[in-house]
Amino acid sequence: MSYLTKPKIHHPSLQPNQLGYTRREYEGAISTLCAGCGHDSISAALIQACYQLDLPPHRIAKLSGIGCSSKTPTYFLGASHGFNSVHGRMPSVLTGANAANRDLIYLGVSGDGDSASIGFGQFAHLMRRGVNMTYIVENNGVYGLTKGQFSATSDRGSKSKKGIANQDEAIDMVAMALQLGATFVARSFSGDKTQLVPLLEAALSHQGTAFIDCISPCVAFNNHAGSTKSFDYVREHNEAVNFLDVIPQREEITTEYAEGTIQEVEQHDGSILRLRKLAGDYDVNDRVAAQRFLAEHHAQGEIVTGLIYVDPEPEDMHAHIKTVKTPLKELGETALCPGSAALDKLNASLR
Amino acid sequence: MQPIVATNDFVIKFANVNGSGSASANTLFGKSIIRMGVPTAPRNIFPSNIQGLPTWYEIRVSEAGYLGARAGVDFMVAMNPQTWDKDVASILPGGYLFYDSSKPMPKSKFRDDITVIGMPLTHIVNAEYTDSRQRQLFKNIIYVGALSALLDIEAEVVEQLIAEQFRGKDKLIPPNIHAFHMGRDYALKNFQCPLGVRIKRANAVGDRIMLEGNAAAGLGAVYGGATVCAWYPITPSTSLAEGFTKYCNKFRIDPETGENKFAIIQAEDELASIGMVIGAAWNGARAFTTTSGPGISLMQEFLGLAYFAEVPAVIFDVQRTGPSTGMPTRSQQCDLMACAYASHGDTKHVLLFPEDPHECFTMGALAFDLADRLQTPIFVLLDLDIGMNERLCAPLQWDDSRQYDRGKIMTYEMLEAGKDFGRYLDIDGDGIPYRTLPGTHPKRGSFFTRGSSKDRYAKYTEEAAAYKDNMDRLLKKFETAKDWVPQPIEHKAKVATKVGVLYYGSTSPAMAEAAEILAADGMPMDLMRVRGFPFCQEVVDFIDAHDTVFIVEQNRDAQLRTLVINECEINPAKLIPVLHYDGTPVTAAFISEGIAVHLQPVQQRLKEAV
Repeated sequence: MSYLTKPKIHHPSLQPNQLGYTRREYEGAISTLCAGCGHDSISAALIQACYQLDLPPHRIAKLSGIGCSSKTPTYFLGASHGFNSVHGRMPSVLTGANAANRDLIYLGVSGDGDSASIGFGQFAHLMRRGVNMTYIVENNGVYGLTKGQFSATSDRGSKSKKGIANQDEAIDMVAMALQLGATFVARSFSGDKTQLVPLLEAALSHQGTAFIDCISPCVAFNNHAGSTKSFDYVREHNEAVNFLDVIPQREEITTEYAEGTIQEVEQHDGSILRLRKLAGDYDVNDRVAAQRFLAEHHAQGEIVTGLIYVDPEPEDMHAHIKTVKTPLKELGETALCPGSAALDKLNASLR
Repeated sequence: MQPIVATNDFVIKFANVNGSGSASANTLFGKSIIRMGVPTAPRNIFPSNIQGLPTWYEIRVSEAGYLGARAGVDFMVAMNPQTWDKDVASILPGGYLFYDSSKPMPKSKFRDDITVIGMPLTHIVNAEYTDSRQRQLFKNIIYVGALSALLDIEAEVVEQLIAEQFRGKDKLIPPNIHAFHMGRDYALKNFQCPLGVRIKRANAVGDRIMLEGNAAAGLGAVYGGATVCAWYPITPSTSLAEGFTKYCNKFRIDPETGENKFAIIQAEDELASIGMVIGAAWNGARAFTTTSGPGISLMQEFLGLAYFAEVPAVIFDVQRTGPSTGMPTRSQQCDLMACAYASHGDTKHVLLFPEDPHECFTMGALAFDLADRLQTPIFVLLDLDIGMNERLCAPLQWDDSRQYDRGKIMTYEMLEAGKDFGRYLDIDGDGIPYRTLPGTHPKRGSFFTRGSSKDRYAKYTEEAAAYKDNMDRLLKKFETAKDWVPQPIEHKAKVATKVGVLYYGSTSPAMAEAAEILAADGMPMDLMRVRGFPFCQEVVDFIDAHDTVFIVEQNRDAQLRTLVINECEINPAKLIPVLHYDGTPVTAAFISEGIAVHLQPVQQRLKEAV
């Protein structure tokens, strides 16, 4: 199937953002996914987040692997370069791209098959390296394009459309990301845009590895009774730890909050993450506590969502390998080639 | 049996134990001969092991300049009891055996037809040193001292080399020179020096330099402007990434900020390393990976993506003996097919075949221009023989006026001027389209890179005609590549002949020597060294101009011959394979005998007909 370009009609009521772009300029081609697919809601949330953050679309690079989720970058940010790479290998391609040009904003879109099965290793090593990016797993617990096989994030006991229960233990991508050193870890639900959009904004402005596990029910193969990734099941078991507002610069708190119910995190770029606490005294800066909280609630059958962990002073791969501030792709002969004089000296030392 | 008498023309082999510190002493010895103006070709022969197993260091000394391997040992330095019997057996009749005589050996362990030189090395070091590590290391320097006397190497040359080796750690110089003289004095006093085999000062080295192909290729990547290196450790390619690292640290650190003008990422596996290379190159950096055969196998899917999506990439494959784990520390030219047609579907890739470290450098740098120009993976096929051994070669050169050829990149200005941009649109008729780099222009030039089928404007399509159009353009691009890859080099026989030989890569020195042997035996032949794939017209013309063409290579399945037959549509009967594939480097004797066996019956028949 060929994909369709959206007609470029601008409704006069569309408001431009600070860059002069309307929401339409963050859109892509018309989606070819199933009607009602959770992934399309995530695409819409991404468009909203980029528009609200005033990001120049052409400075965003969107990369993906293979699968339903990995098709979605065609459906948003049409003015961005995109790379639909190899199944499970988006992390390595994005790592290389980031190494070449540290000045772009990187968005990696993946699925549960792409990141938890075939690409589990690459997912893990990207987290370890601290590549500055936003990594979204559009998690539906099922292989859509090949029609309904369980994926590695499918819960033990969750039933397929044909009524067969999954026997294998599920991989919790959030728990993995926490253990592997991601500096921003969140979980959300494609059906909860009010939660997802601010999380995406925070992730996109985070200067390290930001991981979002976004549960995104598959309307074709995994939205039935007995599935733990259906719209109904996720709504019933959703345990949000906080509600997030992303504030570009520090501004006064105008709303009244009860004492101890607000946590503010100032990110490296000056933006403020203002968290309304929903789960007692949950501390979003404590990695170990987050891991324990996650494990306890998992045991109770709850799906923990919200901003689960953030390191306000993240270090990224470029800091680790001490690269120059200028993007490597910008360096030319003068900066890179030692020239003939150095070679003559070297020749002399090799005789 | 008369002892061998040979000046500047013999093979000396050191049998050592891995991890005993012998390598630097042996290198010192080899270098001293070069400094005497006599060419040498050293080779490490080592197992896949870190400590304790046998290793050998073989030096072919050849004033005539033959740098290929040669069978048979004239002088054996047997320092490893584990391999004693085999080592002693490998000495040519009339040859020499040097060994540590501290422990008495039964007469049955020796041969009557060789000269035996026993020196109580262990006794000497034990008397002189108390520290066990010192005993081990100085034992090596002591035997170098003894050998210098036995082979008539000038003491000053070795002293000078010791001083150079320990420059900066100056207090190590006197004890090493002392140990050297201990050995030398002992030999002068106790043995008849020099022996029948010896070194005589000559002037046959010229301005040549000595380095490893892997280091040279790493340096080539520095000069060629590579900024991203993603790699996974694998013998025998690891030292290439290390070479790049070393030269980056030397040349590419900003003196003011201490920041790196390079990114070296040790990936989690070869899939990730080639993925990173593709991502970096897609984003406008010059990027490469370095690997060996098993890594190439793992990279197959990504290589198809790079071919089909037309992303530049440079892959250094330092070939080792396959299949599977094979013999990881032995040399072969066995990845041609795996690289030439890497990946599923219809693919063809550009290959370069360096013959020595000099070409590892030039082709190492050139590969980045070719990758950008052709927007496709470029494979530089080294092998262990040239990659991990020091080899005498022409000094490295660089033209300071040279500009990197970044190929067809559409800039902001071009997009702003309204130039039509179709990522897969063949504007110039050479099959090479323009590309844009991410982040170039706010409104124009963005496109989606994908491994699935697309039209000329990079839009996803499963239309039959669009798919075929793209595949045909890729073939046209491959034709264009023939004009860009390094041209073959022909060496004509002194007399007209209808016999030709095709060869490539590390076979070079053995081939040159074999051609001399064959010519002397009345079998002159024209030689053509193939330096790149796809083959250019010269290769076809060369084959057409000869009745019989031998193809000499170091693999079992005649992989270059297969490529020639397949790509040039040559009658296989005309192409005679001469194949060496036991993991050791090919010798001139092997090649000349292999060719002579084929030619002699023909000559016989010709004579009978007359």
